Amino acid sequence: MNTAINLIAHVGHHHEPFDITAIIMPVMLVATVVVGIIAIILLTIFKRWGWAIGIGKYIWGNWLTSLDPKKIGVMYIIVAVLMLLRGVSDAVMIRAQQALSTGDSSGVLSPDTFQQVFSAHGTIMIFFAAMGLMFGLINLVVPLLIGARDVAFPFLNSVSFWLFAAGAVMFNIPLLVGDFPATGWLAYPPLSGIEYSPGVGVDFWIWTLQIAGVGSLLSGINFLVTIFKMRAPGMTMMKMPVFVWSVLGALVLIAFAFPILTATLAMLSLDRTMGMHFFTSDFGGNPMMYINLIWAWGHPEVYILILPAFGVFSEVVATFSRKRLFGYTSMVWAIWGIVFLSFLVWLHHFFTMGAGADVNAFFGIMTAVIAVPTGVKVFNWLFTMFRGRITLSTPMMWFLGFVATFTVGGMAGVLMSVPAIDFQVHNSLFLVAHFHTMIIGGVLFGLFAGLTYWFPKIFGFRLNERLGKYAFWCWIVGFLTAFIPLYILGFMGATRRLDHYDASMGWQGLFIVAGVGVAIICLGIFFQLLQLGYSIWKRRENADLTGDPWNGRTLEWSVSSPAPEYNFAVIPTVHARDQFWVSKQSSAKPVKPRYTDISVPKNTPMGMFIAAAAFVIGFAIIWHVWIAALVGLIALIVLIIIRSLDEDTEKIITAAEVERIETAFLARKKQGQLA
Amino acid sequence: MSDSKVTFGFWVYLMTDCVLFASLFATYAVLHGNTFGGPPASELFSLPFVLIETLLLLTSSFTAGLALLAARRANKAQVITWLTITFLLGVAFLGMELNEFASLVHEGNSWQRSGFLSAFFTLVGTHGLHISVGLLWLMVLVAQIIRRGFTKSTVQRLAMFGLFWHFLDIVWIFIFTFVYLMGAI
Amino acid sequence: MERSAQTHNAGHGTVSSYATGFILSVLFTITPFMVVINHVMTGWMLTFTLIGFAISQLLVQLIFFLHLGRESKPRWNILVFLFAALVVLIVVVGSLWIMNNLDYHMGGHEMDSSIIKDEGIPQQ
Repeated sequence: MNTAINLIAHVGHHHEPFDITAIIMPVMLVATVVVGIIAIILLTIFKRWGWAIGIGKYIWGNWLTSLDPKKIGVMYIIVAVLMLLRGVSDAVMIRAQQALSTGDSSGVLSPDTFQQVFSAHGTIMIFFAAMGLMFGLINLVVPLLIGARDVAFPFLNSVSFWLFAAGAVMFNIPLLVGDFPATGWLAYPPLSGIEYSPGVGVDFWIWTLQIAGVGSLLSGINFLVTIFKMRAPGMTMMKMPVFVWSVLGALVLIAFAFPILTATLAMLSLDRTMGMHFFTSDFGGNPMMYINLIWAWGHPEVYILILPAFGVFSEVVATFSRKRLFGYTSMVWAIWGIVFLSFLVWLHHFFTMGAGADVNAFFGIMTAVIAVPTGVKVFNWLFTMFRGRITLSTPMMWFLGFVATFTVGGMAGVLMSVPAIDFQVHNSLFLVAHFHTMIIGGVLFGLFAGLTYWFPKIFGFRLNERLGKYAFWCWIVGFLTAFIPLYILGFMGATRRLDHYDASMGWQGLFIVAGVGVAIICLGIFFQLLQLGYSIWKRRENADLTGDPWNGRTLEWSVSSPAPEYNFAVIPTVHARDQFWVSKQSSAKPVKPRYTDISVPKNTPMGMFIAAAAFVIGFAIIWHVWIAALVGLIALIVLIIIRSLDEDTEKIITAAEVERIETAFLARKKQGQLA
Repeated sequence: MSDSKVTFGFWVYLMTDCVLFASLFATYAVLHGNTFGGPPASELFSLPFVLIETLLLLTSSFTAGLALLAARRANKAQVITWLTITFLLGVAFLGMELNEFASLVHEGNSWQRSGFLSAFFTLVGTHGLHISVGLLWLMVLVAQIIRRGFTKSTVQRLAMFGLFWHFLDIVWIFIFTFVYLMGAI
Repeated sequence: MERSAQTHNAGHGTVSSYATGFILSVLFTITPFMVVINHVMTGWMLTFTLIGFAISQLLVQLIFFLHLGRESKPRWNILVFLFAALVVLIVVVGSLWIMNNLDYHMGGHEMDSSIIKDEGIPQQ
């Protein structure tokens, strides 16, 4: 917005380089306001306010205040997808800039805007798109997979989601007022200190991450306790689905890495607001300590992202190969090997910063070693497929796309684990291509596979397969088209974050190819949105009547689709791994269950209010309005106390109601089986 | 909400808090020599003062334990007595700490003076913030016990407070050892 | 149900166990203070002694105040504690090792002579 104001002020003077955001931002703002006004006019003319208010009440009462993790999971995914779209727009701008900005052309973004765009891109993609989709999926399916009705602390779960949403809102505010950080997605000092970044951009970044980070930490604790303490009777740890094991590994990483982020961001904030000297370049500060600590968090963070994706593949490959997962025990050991090692490699993110050969050698070796358990997992998936009866469903396609991309990109990582090689390619586009391969080919493909796979369980109908496959092909072709040129450019010497380069470098051709790649990815996203819309339109034809659309192996497929609020009318007893598959093979007649009253948490808006108070505190500190921060803090404390005094937090679903729901499901199931 | 889930969940939270403190300790360890020409730790800290502070906090940890025992016996009067003593000892600790901070600032050794002092104030200050939260929690808890007696939730919350308060005393062990005792060497 | 009752009873102490823990803690507090104030020892001996007392008091408080190890199986509390301790160790020791090496290799001009000597760099 500030750039827009500058541009308008300087019209005709040609002092500012061309910046497309100066046009896009005001246009989008005006468009939003106009659409809003039109909506209000139409609602008034056609007297549909009652209808609109009804929708509002439904969303408030059934979704926003819900403590059902299935609902919370859907909300996480909606926010994450919106942020993913924002992150992709940033990517489009980056590609456009780098495809055009060489020689005399300065591209479509001013240098300062470009800095903000790539900083926002990384921050949004990691903290909101990837973490959001991941927590969404975890909320949707983990209780179902372990035969539980809910998470350990349902109210805390709501608080976690709303803190995440508050962070997402906060990081969109600079579109209207203030700035984004121009310091990269990790904001290294001294650049991010108050002296060199005096604006509010870095403060927005700090408080967004503090708020969202606390949400993540609380979720980590919540699901950890859930998995340890709420498994169905008979489900020992070694009978859990491997997805649950991988999530458990990720949760342990979250619990023990996120506090490092909290402390480090707090110290940076203290430097900026209270004149402290943790990371300043004078007065005895040590900027390298920030880099050390932020990566001590940052490395576990990337394993937090990938482990659940690996877990999805374990479920998907077994289900669509109609074969039990190969090497269950080695899978579990591999997960814990990865968890343990991910705390021992963080220096490989700054080999070049001068810690010397001894330190570099240790961390280089550890980094190479961590590839081993990952390799074990990939082989186990392939061995699962061997002699299986394979169905190339959309989730399975995402898995195959993962194998093709992640393994190669992972090898680029092993290459860089050698410090001597890393010295050549550190912070080049080779590095950028490597980690995007990991995150897109690994995390994103895994989450897409999981969302497609578990979609029927949550919504009651399947997604259209054909459009899903079009989306997949666009994504993988687009990804390869966008990133293979970047691997090459990295070897040719192109560094990351360049807003302009000399025409004599000969790089432009490859950048243009990369730009085409991102356009193909956008086509893939278009197909995904089309798939969603079309599938919703055709939901009756694609309804999942039996609750088990894929002939699955695990407990979630034993309940109806969509799953009832209480998940299981009767908590299952588990005797084996893949208990549901085992039960299906047995010809024993199902016993008519005895239904009892089920207690579920009541809806409450308090989670939202607590997050709102946290938002106020962060926002106030950003703008140095200390009184408002104090008010926010008092509000936060008061809200927590009020909630703690609330004794009436549960509601009963009567046995009769449960019976009604289950009988209806059994009727649909019979109908589905006959079809 | 069952007893063991809440206890375990709170325990996991305390473990995450350990890592938070570890990051601050690591930073203090790295920056403790960066006085930027200012006085080092040995000139700034008074060991007898810190010893008294430490014994106050340690005693309050003990009295908190006694309060928990009294709660098992549902002895309301004893619980409130021991909790009040815990509170007063905690306030005394905090008061001494604020006093120490104030005199450091007064003599020009504030958190803005150097990396060392930034790290010191933040590490010790974060512990003090946790103590403050604990004292606030204690007040609310005592009010709830007075009004509602020993319900499942008040007893559970008392137990969690006990865990929290003991944990803070354990963190303090490391602060007085590594910041004050080692600083004085 | 039974399990949680077991946990319930196993996780608590008695007055005498709290009192023992308190007295030991007071001892493990006052002693190191006296050692430092009276300059009883110096150097590595002193450092190890202080760390020893700190760890001893940690264990006393974990056992007598926090009742670690008394809950019924599975003992997830201990496992989580051990992992946390490991991460704490890695973060603190790792940071010190890295930052120390960075200082040595990237130190200002005042560090040049020691690095030249250590690395055996020939000088004209």
